[in-house]
Parts: sequence; structure tokens; C-alpha cells
Amino acid sequence: MNAPDPHPLIGASVQRKEDYRFLTGNGQYTDDIVLPQQTYAVFLRSPYAHARIKSVDTAAAKQSPGVVAVFTGADMAADSVGGLPCGWLIHSVDGKPMNEPPHPVMAHTKARHVGDQVALVIARSLKEAKDAVELIEVDYDVLPAVVDTAHAADPGQAAVHDEVPDNVCYTWGHGDKAATDAAFAKAAHVTTLDIVNNRLIPNAIEPRAVNASWSPQDDSYTVYVANQNPHVERLLMAAFVLSLPESKLRVIAPDVGGGFGSKIFLYAEDVALTWASKKIRRPVKWTAERSEAFISDAHGRDHVTKAELAMDADGKFLAMRVHTIANMGAYLSTFASSVPTILYATLLAGQYATPAIYAEVKAVFTNTVPVDAYRGAGRPEATYVVERLVETAAREMNLDPAEIRRRNFIRTFPYATPVGLTYDTGDYETTLARALELADVKGFAARRQASEQNGKRRGLGYSCYIEACGLAPSNIAGALGARAGLFEAGEVRVHPTGSVTVFTGSHSHGQGHETTFAQVVADRLGIPLSNVEIVHGDTGRIPFGMGTYGSRSIAVGGSAIMKALDKIESKAKKIAAHLLEAAAEDIEFKDGVFRVAGTDRTKAFADISLAAYVPHNYPLDKLEPGLDESAFYDPTNFTYPAGSYICEVEVDPDTGECRIQQFTAVDDFGNVINPMIVEGQVHGGLGQGIGQAMLERCVYDNDSGQLLSGSYMDYAMPRASDLPSFTVETAKGTPCTHNPLGVKGCGEAGAIGSPPAVINAILDALAPLGVKDLQMPATPHRVWSAIRAAQQP
Amino acid sequence: MAISISLTVNGAPVTAEIEPHTLLVQFLRDQLRLTGTHIGCDTAQCGACTVHLNGRAVKSCNILAVQTEGTEITTIEGLAKDGELHPMQAAFRACHGLQCGFCTPGMVMSATSLVQRQPDLTEADVRAQLDGNLCRCTGYHNIVKAVLKGAAGMKSGAAALATDKVTA
Repeated sequence: MNAPDPHPLIGASVQRKEDYRFLTGNGQYTDDIVLPQQTYAVFLRSPYAHARIKSVDTAAAKQSPGVVAVFTGADMAADSVGGLPCGWLIHSVDGKPMNEPPHPVMAHTKARHVGDQVALVIARSLKEAKDAVELIEVDYDVLPAVVDTAHAADPGQAAVHDEVPDNVCYTWGHGDKAATDAAFAKAAHVTTLDIVNNRLIPNAIEPRAVNASWSPQDDSYTVYVANQNPHVERLLMAAFVLSLPESKLRVIAPDVGGGFGSKIFLYAEDVALTWASKKIRRPVKWTAERSEAFISDAHGRDHVTKAELAMDADGKFLAMRVHTIANMGAYLSTFASSVPTILYATLLAGQYATPAIYAEVKAVFTNTVPVDAYRGAGRPEATYVVERLVETAAREMNLDPAEIRRRNFIRTFPYATPVGLTYDTGDYETTLARALELADVKGFAARRQASEQNGKRRGLGYSCYIEACGLAPSNIAGALGARAGLFEAGEVRVHPTGSVTVFTGSHSHGQGHETTFAQVVADRLGIPLSNVEIVHGDTGRIPFGMGTYGSRSIAVGGSAIMKALDKIESKAKKIAAHLLEAAAEDIEFKDGVFRVAGTDRTKAFADISLAAYVPHNYPLDKLEPGLDESAFYDPTNFTYPAGSYICEVEVDPDTGECRIQQFTAVDDFGNVINPMIVEGQVHGGLGQGIGQAMLERCVYDNDSGQLLSGSYMDYAMPRASDLPSFTVETAKGTPCTHNPLGVKGCGEAGAIGSPPAVINAILDALAPLGVKDLQMPATPHRVWSAIRAAQQP
Repeated sequence: MAISISLTVNGAPVTAEIEPHTLLVQFLRDQLRLTGTHIGCDTAQCGACTVHLNGRAVKSCNILAVQTEGTEITTIEGLAKDGELHPMQAAFRACHGLQCGFCTPGMVMSATSLVQRQPDLTEADVRAQLDGNLCRCTGYHNIVKAVLKGAAGMKSGAAALATDKVTA
């Protein structure tokens, strides 16, 4: 028996509808799917970071047992397969469009990173494909590699693309440079930091996978793929790469095991398999091995920044100036160009009324895996700049870190920042006050003393973040260079007996939409949760969609569903009015009951749905039968989740080991549908943010361009023993003013807000030892070295 | 050259012809089509493939199928009885100890084996002992809570959590 639904449903921590299948092994991920006549693909990947491909000899591989086909980049070029497109056009400060060198599906003249695809082997079994790939002979002419972000554009470096000799994709400027420089000229104090935002590897635990098939019945393709936005995948692949009508391509993203941004993009493997499935007239499946994922999934972050904050004598911020070099990797991935620009510099105001801000971002090509959006995408990098600057400024000016923030908080809304956003609402003082209370900051001095008596150092670090979510108003995004709309679509189909199927363009790969969206619908229609099914991840079933990224699902996808529900309610009221012989304006709808206002004349929701599909007593002259409505929702603004995070660490100065003693997160997400799920999202974000701050670092060998952190033996993924339990609270909050649910989004907050809190805490602990700066990740070796360096005479 | 093996999987006898290089996880997924056991890495680090071999948690990517001759294997599909979740599964649901669900089968199989070996666990024990299972979604916060609750549930028998019985 199902327990009765809580009332109200909105705001209730309902257990997840999807859990039963996951807990019993009945989830269906892409690699679980085996189709009739299934074949298996293995890619031959470049072992070199940069090399001319002189020849590829596939003759022996083609003769290998079980091999169905072997394809190279030349085969695809001969078939006019296009390159992978970039979805965002950035212009340089001189007005020129960014350099967009070709991004071939398979390299055929030059390999540009370790892992670049050079050939594709398809065989009856995976083992036979693996055996055959060993028989391919590639004659490479190895070239010098460029890896280092900071120096990629230096004179004399090898050119990743012959057509971009200086490796610069664009040099983009944002904000009022003259006003910013003028403010710096009259500053009482300037805080300056050199920041490396460490390159990360997303590492969803489900590796990417594709299973593509072509149907001779109607010359159409079906592609199962571990992807966050199947309609976007379809649009990009059909329109830009394979020149197919979208109607001939169905993309299904079934259960997907985590994404964190890395499964947004159109990847070469997806295209290669789809193309090949028609060539071989059989379904073909590829699943990344983990070591392959490390060298083919888009990476994240990788900024080198010089940041300055100008203040008056009271610690009031006057201006901020930021120069960043951002690594794009070897090719422009789907949304790569937008991450260190539109999603980064627009967030540099943070929670503060800094009057003038200027940022300049140089994006460079290197012989590394493409870099694109990873949980937070640009906003963690911005938050790290802002919150490290603010806390360093407080230390330099002998101000309490909470006090310097209070002095500069934005307090009136709406607030137009100098970097192009308009915050609709917020209450930063309240979240900070609550975080101070929960973290027992008052008791910190005693805890610090206790640590010091044990030979340890203890520190407290703050981070007051803001992010722009709910991507995005399409017209604004378009003006900023987006080559796509950023609305969301939804359809609400009421069945004759009153149960409901919702088709949403959002995609869940762990977020629990099947529960949260069902709560929204069940609450609105006054029907049991068990009568609502959420369908996502299939272009063949869902009208349209832009997918899930940028914490947009509830704010944009949920709003599209709300719009469709408006239409359902409006039509249902007309049907009720007919059945109750009243005027539609007199019909009230509450808790699933239609009532003639002020009377006891009612109809249940299921009476209306039945009448809609069995229209015997029905106003057929005025109303179509059926109860099925769809809607597109295009937001009018971004949403602005914000919060205050406080990290307390203890450092062993003898070993450099840092342990988080307490991590407190207070977030304002506006209205919250399911607190359990929202807090879970924060926990996960914190895990990744703390991972960035203390453990994770993608490392390439500077000379050879080999990935040194290419497995779980080498790349420090956070484990249960690395992390503390968290103190997480979602504040009562300030509801978003411009979407129907008053929601802001919560998926990225933890990853955005936490890294500076951790580093600020460690630096607070080490300040008495003279340590002034530290780059992420704060590994024991780095911390130990920083302490030793500070104590050198 | 195929080799014949006989073993018990989720309580049922199985006899199969396998290639000698076949890993246990490949045998379970590809031959028996028990796809609840997942593959998340290639270095025996992530633990998504954890199953029980004679009651003990093992990473099925790290053992050859031929080594399981005569053994009893339990996979995630064999844990719930008659549609009723095992107390550990129920605790993961109650505590929101899963998000994308991909690491979940391995987590649950590790956790049940852990509790059988060590029924009285502290939070620190759970964190230390789950070192062999990676999760990228939850930050482990709710997984740790779930394992502690599941341990209590296993102690007091399935009855305590029977109200969590659900159908998909």
C-alpha cells in the first residue's frame, strides 16, 4: 500500500518514485540495452597529444575475425560528414568573431590531443573489436605539444590548429574598463590575487555510451545515448553534422548515470556511431571504458587569473578588475566558448554592490581534451575569484570577513549589476546571519584554542555566492551569442480516467524529476502522486526540449509544465461549466474538485477528464474533445540562487593534512518543492566543490601532453572518508519573482559556493604561520610546502 | 575454448558455457542479462560492480567467471524478496541515499555485506569501509545515513521498514 500523499505536496520531502527501479537493479542505462543483430565499436585513439597523421592502414584490422567494418576520418570526410558545431559565438574586443577551427568527428590530418579519435572498428563482439583495433597501423609525425594554459598563446608555441597560429580563440572584454581603471586610481587599498582554477574531470560514474541503429523500413535512425538533452543532441547532429531531417532521427536518453555537464555535449562518438549504423545496416554500441572517458569526456574549469579588488578606506568595494586565460582544449566543444565569458564575467558582482567591474578573458587552444561546462560552469570560477578576493581583502584590512561582506551587500532589488545581470530578489544578510548561527561562529575562538593546544591549526572560511540559473531568456542569450533558444517545453496529457502523463523536455540523470515534477502536477490538479507519470529523455515521445543543465529544470521545465497546467485548468473549467450548467467564470477549482462558486454543485477531476474523452454531454460546438495541452516557456530573466557557506577546518602543520570539521551551507533557492531532493543536490555539489578545493586536479605532462591523472588510481575522486557530513539548510528564502513556482534552481550551488569557503578556511588557519595564498587543490603536500615556504627566513 | 561452469545466482542454479577470459561482471551482464550490476571503471576502484560471492562483497570486475564455479552469487536483483525491499534498500530510499542510481547497486551490496560483518557501525566506520565505492552525486552524506539506518533495520529485521514497501 502506498502511504497517503502529504498535504500540501509542495514543500514535502516525498520519497522518490524512481528509486524502486534503481534499488532493485531495474534501471535501464544505455549500456544495458542490447538490440537484435547488435555490433560493438571500439575507437582507435591518438596516443600523441599533437601529431600529423601520415597514413592509417586498416587492411589487417578489416580481415580480423568478427570485424564488420573499419572506418577512418577519410571515410567520413568522403561522405561529407560535417564537423561538430559550437553553440555559442563570442566576439573579441576588436569586434572579430572567435576563431572556430574545424572539429572533425574523426581526426584525419592531425591528432590534437591524446585520445583524439583516429579510427573506428566495429565487430560482432567487443572482444573481436578490441583485437582488431590493435592491428591498425598509423604513421604519425609527432609534433611539439602545447598544454599549459598560461603560456599557450606565448610566441613560439606550436599551433594546435594551423589556421590559428597564436592559439587564441578570442579575447573578450566585459564591463566598463574606463570606469574601473578610474576607480582603481583613487582606491585606498587594492587586493591582488593570482588564481589558478584547477582543471577537473567530471567523472559521472556511468561512462558515456551510445547505441545507434538505422531502420531500412523508413530510412530513420534511433540513437540511445547517455545524454542530458536529447533534443539538443538531435538538433545538432541532424542539422549541423549529418544533414538529416530531424524527423528521421530519434534520440533516447534512458536512465543516465550522472552528467554534471559532461553529457550535455554532442560528442564525436555519438555522430560516428549514428553514421556508421547505416553503413553497416546493424545497430552498433560503444561504451567508454573509464580510462577512455578520462581522455574523451569534456573537462571543466582550467582558468589562470589575475584579479584585483579596489576599496576605499572603510572596505567599501569600488571596483574589480579581472584578467583570465581560459583553456578551451583542442577543439571548441558544444558550449565551451560561453563558459568563461557569459557564464563567468557576468557573475563577478557576486552579492556585492561593486560599482565598476571589468573582465578580460583570453580563450586559448591547447593539445588537451576539450574543456566545457562542468557543474556550475563559469560561476564557480567567478565565485572563487570574488570570494577569495573579498576574504583576502578582509584579512589585509583587518576587517571581520562577515563584516566586510555586510558593508558591501546589495540590499535593494531589483538590482542591475555593472556586468549585465538584473537580480530580481535576494536577502543576503539573512542567509549569512543564519549560517553564522548554525556554524556556531561565536564558539570558534574556543575551538581554535583547543586545536592549538593539540598542535593543530584551525580556521574558518566564508563564501557568499550568487549564481545565475534558469538558463535563459532566449532573446538575451541570442544577443550574447547563443545559437539556440533556451526555453523549455512540456506537455500534460490527462487520460480519460483522470491519470496524467507529463512529457518534459527537461532530463533527469539523478535529479529526481519523476518525483518533483509529479509533486507540482499532483498538487495543482489535486490528484494522487501515483496518478502522475513523468516522461523525459525521448525525442520520439516529447514535443521538444532544451534539456537539463545550468540548474534550469524546475525553473524553466517546471514553468513550462505550469503553463500547460494553466491551459488544462482553463479547458477543464469550461467542461465543468457545461456539466454543471454554470458560467466558466463561476467555476472554482481546488483540491481536484470543480465547484460552482458558493454552491455545493461539484464535479471531480476524473468526471471532467472522462467527459473530455467521452463527449456525449459536451459543448462540441465550442470546445474540442480531449484534455491534452502543451506549452513552451521562455524565461524573462535568469534566476539568482544565493547563499552563505562557512567551512571550518583543522590543519596538521606537521603533515599539511586538512580535515573539514564542519561545513555549513544556507541557501536561498526561493520556493522549494521537495526539500529532501534539494538538500541532496546541495550535498552532491558540496562533494564536488570540496573535491575541487582539496583533492582533484587534472594534470597533463607539459612536454608530452600525456594525461597523467588518467584513472581513478591517479585522479583523486572524493571518497566517503574524504568528506564530512554537512550542515545544510534551505532558507525560507526570497521566491523568484518571475516564474510561476517562485523557484530558482539548486543543482550547482554546492559546487559553486564551496571551493572558496574551503580555501579561505585553510588560509585562516595558516595565517598565523605567515601563509598568504594557496592554490587548489589543498593537498597535504601543497599545504605543507606553503607552511615551509612561509617560514623560510 | 568455452568452459562450462555451474553455480547459484540469486538462489537459482545456473550452468553456462563461458570463454575463460570472461570476467564475472561480463558473465552477469552479458550472458545472464542481470544488468543491475554496473561497470564504472577499469581499475577496480569504483565498486559499481560489487556483488556477493558466498555472502562476501566482491568487485565482479576483478574476478574471472571461471573462479565462481560452485559458488553462490547474489546480485542487486536478488536482494529484494517478493517485491519487498531489503532493509538496506529501504533505508537508501528513505534517506535519499541515491540520485542517478548508477553506483547504487554496488553501494547497497557493499553496505549489506559490511553490516553482516560488522553490525555495530559508527559513521566513521561507514565512511572508512565504503572507501571502495565511488559516488559522484550524493557527496556520500545521505549514503552514510542510509547505511546506518539500514544497519539498524537489518538488526531489527525487515519488519521495521516494511512500511517502505513500494511498487514501481
